[in-house]
Amino acid sequence: MTELARPVARDVDDVAKRRYLESTGPRRFVRFWREFIRRRPLGTAGAALIILMLLTAAFADRIAPYDPVEIRFSDLLQGPSLQHLLGTDPFGRDVFSRIVYGSRTALLVGFSASFVGCTLGLVLGVVGAYFGGKVDQLVQRLMDVLLSFPLIVIAIAVVAALGTGEDKIANVIAAITVPIIPRVARVVRSSALSIVNMPYIEATRAVGSGAVRIMFRHIAPNVFAPYLIMLTAFLGQAILLEASLSFLGLGVFEPTPSWGLMLRGAGMQFLEQAPWLAIAPGVAISLAVFGFNLFGDSLRDALDPRLRTA
Amino acid sequence: MRRYVAGRLLLMIPTLVGVAILTFVIMRAVPGDIVALKYAGSPVPQSVIDEERHQLGLDKPMWAQFTDWMGEIAHFDLGTSLWTGHPVVDEILVRLPLSLELAIIATLLAITIAVPLGVLAAVRQDTWTDYAIRLFSIGGLAMPSFWIGLLMVLATITLFGWAPPLVFTAITDDPIANLSQMVLPALSVGYRYSAVSMRMTRSTVLEVLREDYVRTARAKGVRESVVVLRHALRNALLPVVTVISLEFAFLIGGLVVTEQVFNLNGIGKLLVDAVAHRDYTLIQALVLLLASVFVLINFVVDMVYVVLDPRIRYS
Repeated sequence: MTELARPVARDVDDVAKRRYLESTGPRRFVRFWREFIRRRPLGTAGAALIILMLLTAAFADRIAPYDPVEIRFSDLLQGPSLQHLLGTDPFGRDVFSRIVYGSRTALLVGFSASFVGCTLGLVLGVVGAYFGGKVDQLVQRLMDVLLSFPLIVIAIAVVAALGTGEDKIANVIAAITVPIIPRVARVVRSSALSIVNMPYIEATRAVGSGAVRIMFRHIAPNVFAPYLIMLTAFLGQAILLEASLSFLGLGVFEPTPSWGLMLRGAGMQFLEQAPWLAIAPGVAISLAVFGFNLFGDSLRDALDPRLRTA
Repeated sequence: MRRYVAGRLLLMIPTLVGVAILTFVIMRAVPGDIVALKYAGSPVPQSVIDEERHQLGLDKPMWAQFTDWMGEIAHFDLGTSLWTGHPVVDEILVRLPLSLELAIIATLLAITIAVPLGVLAAVRQDTWTDYAIRLFSIGGLAMPSFWIGLLMVLATITLFGWAPPLVFTAITDDPIANLSQMVLPALSVGYRYSAVSMRMTRSTVLEVLREDYVRTARAKGVRESVVVLRHALRNALLPVVTVISLEFAFLIGGLVVTEQVFNLNGIGKLLVDAVAHRDYTLIQALVLLLASVFVLINFVVDMVYVVLDPRIRYS
């Protein structure tokens, strides 16, 4: 009996030890992603697309065969060939190089707008849920106003007020951030409401923690899952919005390479003559947004399946 | 219930007042008013400019302009467009049928695609059918609808040699010409729209299918099709209704880019032009109108909830 029992006991010890080690931060992280890759093929495909895009943006200067803003009048509107993989635009600029560099613009706008918008939304949502009453009412009404306000007016106003130009990319980011805030604030508020009344919050208060500490040390980490999910979801949306605004002439300006901007002028004008001008940037936008959406969806399924972000 | 309805209706007022103030402030913060834009670059004496500003009431202090506007709104008077001189109501009514028609066609399209596919994806969860439908719907979210529109125009031009007509035909004049004009824009908008609703249908049906009463129904020997369509779908529809109606509210004024691609003269284009001209009265009226539509639809959806689901009671 004892001979038999010893190895079992050691196994139990081992299992317990392994479980403990696995439950530490980095291990849990690795296990989560291993599980994610195995069980969610679509999400993994999305992650692969995102990584591809990040690499493209990081090594744009090595990947792009030409300077994206260099104008060459000898190569106007050339079709796709080995020299110009995706042809050239009416200024003789290489479309492939512009698309490669455009990933920087898309990621910069997408990430900044989504990060700022989601974080402001998180703060407003937590503050509203924690204080309740008049503060909550006020925050909610403000969010209603932002929700029902047409984005396009904000975008035009921001662009008109702050001016246009090559280095005014912050304007686009500001315009795209605004509609994200109320959407995040709503979701975070409803998640935070269920936490505010939990006993441990009361305990924290009894120990003498201040409101700020309770909100951001004890409540915010518990709404981190929806925050992360919305961050990826709105990243894709922000890239899409940037494309739409640039297409309307209200976003990024020439000569900055931006996918939406590439569709705007030449894409529309030379639709029949040079269809590659309209097809290539659209494919780039779609792939990028597709990647973030796929990944965001699977992340939601893995972290918080009941959350609804349309 | 009656108190709740009254409360909800009253809550719309601060929201709309907020929208009004925001529009007013934002537009006046934008540099250049309509008179400055009109005479930009032309040698017009300052006195003429001042005179014109005076006629349009733009020389009054900001708060006076705002209270004037609020007074007019209280009398249901939206004023006249600073740019064209026509009543704002007329300017909007000319464009509204087009935007409304497009929104309605796109909605019908979205519902007919989204609900069956969403249910199918949920029933076949984690099979290839599900993956295919989800890819299709995420694709709809990823592709900019104006780009789909561009591609469709490109395809019809190269394949059929047909280009969308430049002049809009009202449905009352010639239904066929009107519909052939609307079909491409409606498709390009409807794809995205159906993708959004399809995802919502899938996730809510999935949720409901895990409920106890669904298991009970199956245990009773109810046919699977009846379980899915009568028991699950009916209960899953509420959030789908919300998504569809909010999208609808957005479509009326939000199709700026699609309208541009298809050369349609709808509310979205009117809004962009109005901002470009700094046509304050028109912008303010339009933003207020769009916000009211949004707020009202939100309210109606909540009321429809009570009808669709007798368990929901507001108090």
